[in-house]
Amino acid sequence: MLSRKTLKLIGCGNYCRSCILTSNNCKTLTSVKFGTSRSSSLHCPLALTFSKLRYQKAGMCSGFQIGRNCSSKSQNRPVVTTTMDEEELKHFQALAKSWWDETGDFEALHAMNKLRVPFIRDGLVDQNDIVESDGLPLKDLTIVDVGSGGGILSEPLARLGAFVIGLDPVEESTTIAQLHLKEDPRVQCRVKYINGSVEDLASTESEKFDAVVASEVVEHVADLVSFVESCCKLLKPGGSLFITTMNKTVLSKSLAVFAAEKVFKIVPEGTHDWEKFVPPEDLKVILENNNMDVKMIHGMLYLPVFREWKWVKDTSINYALHAVKIDPTDVADDRL
Amino acid sequence: MAVNVMKHCVKCTRVWNQLARCQPVLSRCYQTNNNGEQVADIVISGGGMVGAAMACSLGHESVLQNKKIILLEAAPQKQFKLTEKLSNRTCTLSPASIQLFERCGVWPVIESMRCQQVLRMQVWESCSNSLISFNQDEMSDELAYVAENDVILESINRRLNEIKDRIEVMYSTKAENIQIPGGLDEPDSNAWVNILLNNGQTLKTKLLVGSDGMNSTVRKAANLHTVSFDYNQKAIVAVLNISETDNNVAWQRFLPTGPIAMLPMSDTAMSLIWTTSPEHADHLRSLSSESLVDAVNDAFWHDRDINQVADNFTNNFQKLLNNILPGESSLRQLPPTITGLQEGSVASFPLGLTHASNYVRHRVALIGDAAHRMHPLAGQGVNLGFGDVAKLTEIITKAASDGSDLGTLSYLKEYETSRQRKVLPVMATIDGLQRLYHTDFTPVVLLRSLGLQATNALGPLKNKIIEKASD
Repeated sequence: MLSRKTLKLIGCGNYCRSCILTSNNCKTLTSVKFGTSRSSSLHCPLALTFSKLRYQKAGMCSGFQIGRNCSSKSQNRPVVTTTMDEEELKHFQALAKSWWDETGDFEALHAMNKLRVPFIRDGLVDQNDIVESDGLPLKDLTIVDVGSGGGILSEPLARLGAFVIGLDPVEESTTIAQLHLKEDPRVQCRVKYINGSVEDLASTESEKFDAVVASEVVEHVADLVSFVESCCKLLKPGGSLFITTMNKTVLSKSLAVFAAEKVFKIVPEGTHDWEKFVPPEDLKVILENNNMDVKMIHGMLYLPVFREWKWVKDTSINYALHAVKIDPTDVADDRL
Repeated sequence: MAVNVMKHCVKCTRVWNQLARCQPVLSRCYQTNNNGEQVADIVISGGGMVGAAMACSLGHESVLQNKKIILLEAAPQKQFKLTEKLSNRTCTLSPASIQLFERCGVWPVIESMRCQQVLRMQVWESCSNSLISFNQDEMSDELAYVAENDVILESINRRLNEIKDRIEVMYSTKAENIQIPGGLDEPDSNAWVNILLNNGQTLKTKLLVGSDGMNSTVRKAANLHTVSFDYNQKAIVAVLNISETDNNVAWQRFLPTGPIAMLPMSDTAMSLIWTTSPEHADHLRSLSSESLVDAVNDAFWHDRDINQVADNFTNNFQKLLNNILPGESSLRQLPPTITGLQEGSVASFPLGLTHASNYVRHRVALIGDAAHRMHPLAGQGVNLGFGDVAKLTEIITKAASDGSDLGTLSYLKEYETSRQRKVLPVMATIDGLQRLYHTDFTPVVLLRSLGLQATNALGPLKNKIIEKASD
């Protein structure tokens, strides 16, 4: 039996009240009882998966590296930091406040939405043969935004109709993201932010999602192979993985690190560690080892003067990648 | 315990499935909050021609069909009936504006009501005999259409009424107080523009479009800097009657006091726009109909301003041009004689130039006269406004299909950059022309006359001008 306290602990007690107010269709669902408590959180499909997930977790505490808040009554969730460097974590905590300042420290990330959102949208529309005309091309697709930060990418994807789980190991970022979510009632029901790591999620929710997005994340992870493996594990067969990151070239070292941090000050100093950058070939090999088919790799270039990103052929600085999880039934069909 | 958990999981899956089905409905509309606050994605303040066209244009974008769009119009809803009587306020619609109207289904309504084709345009001046004329090859295609403001607005409103499930028009409503979020220092509270309406209601919106004219409340609330000056001129407008039947030419003559123009409104009617000094304008308004008709005829026909020096030069230059480029120069056509005046159609208004240094800020965009108002001498004002509508629609549609917040500055900046690149040269040219022809100083008269003649003789250059004027 799930008690009210457990529900609170798993973090969905106050979630999603607004959707009860916004639709008659939803009102019928207020009567659904979840254990002994009547919780409005049940109106959000994402809250549901997570109540399930968190419940399982609460029962298997020993299996995880649980942070300080596990037993407290607060809504904070266990912090699991397997692939995040301690030092980098501190750095981002300092930055979290400025996430939603469009012209601030994260200007380049905001600007990148003009490229990466269409990239993800068109990739998913093609992959799933979606025909739409109502402005919601990603209707009801489930997406995990790994390293969601302040939610800069999660919210646009939700606005296009997807259910998004934003995953971030920095608690302050998810708090900011959650706060910002309240400012747009349209996306509030479609996004759920979780404080945790992708390995954490993959252990309980494998093959559950239509897409996983890791945008500007892989250059920050400590264990790339384990990270990519977990991302792939989350995907349903036929699901799409989208990655944007930086190449490990002399050019990226001089432009994306030196020029961007010291000359143009596009990103704050210390944001990137060139040693962790990944060449697309390496990423491709790791993905193929995880039963993924790499559909597309495309170069991206940031123009600081115009404050905008452009698609370019050359992948030596930034690049975007789309890979699809090979569906065993399709392979079998092909053989026949 | 375990069995219970299993049961819950099954329940969860069912509820998930149900929710997946009902979710699209959730997104369709915001509802009025408990405290009488209404929430919208886009609010357009000002339902004049440009504002109404903006609403209509947004209403035709399928990407925006789930968005809540509200148009605020200060005037009450009117019952319009097309009468024989023509209105003294007209617009010259460029091909680009007509394209916008065609796209949102307004053009057929205008055509079914009343508008007149312009096939040729003749511009000349009173200080010399130089002239320039524009027409498409063989007079086959129209340069523009002249339509009454009332007809345009009514046509858009009819169309808006047909799509009222997508666009909510609030008549007799205007914004009393607008609070625009600061943006940078308060990232937690920059989500909404709050608008207090004259009926006491509050509106919250992600994007406020200001189409509330030259004294824009939105522009003031957004604290956008403007450059403005008064031309110290007044425009006289009137509806004139002529005896001609084949009425498809627009006429404009530059007088040292300001340009006078006649635009074809119907086979027997002309719309007059005469810009002149305030004293002269007041004098003209005080005249009887007959005397005003005489004054207009005189303004188009008299040759007492002719500058002998300039005239000699231009005559010789014309002969030279005729030798170099035979057949290129077009013949002077004589303007029709005015026979009368529609009773009660004379009005006047002061002229000025206003330009907002920025058309946008976080969650705000200005369109039409709220952003830029100019001298009416080329009839470009409203066309630039409709150009704003087309561009802003494009940008909002793009933002929506990228899943962006519609009031995001980076998208709005794209609108601003694109429009200022278009509007500023037009404003500068028109302001320059106005100044160039506002004198009878011999060297200036000579130079402008020769320049005009040369331009008139050069076909490709003229085609470029027509092209520029039509988009």
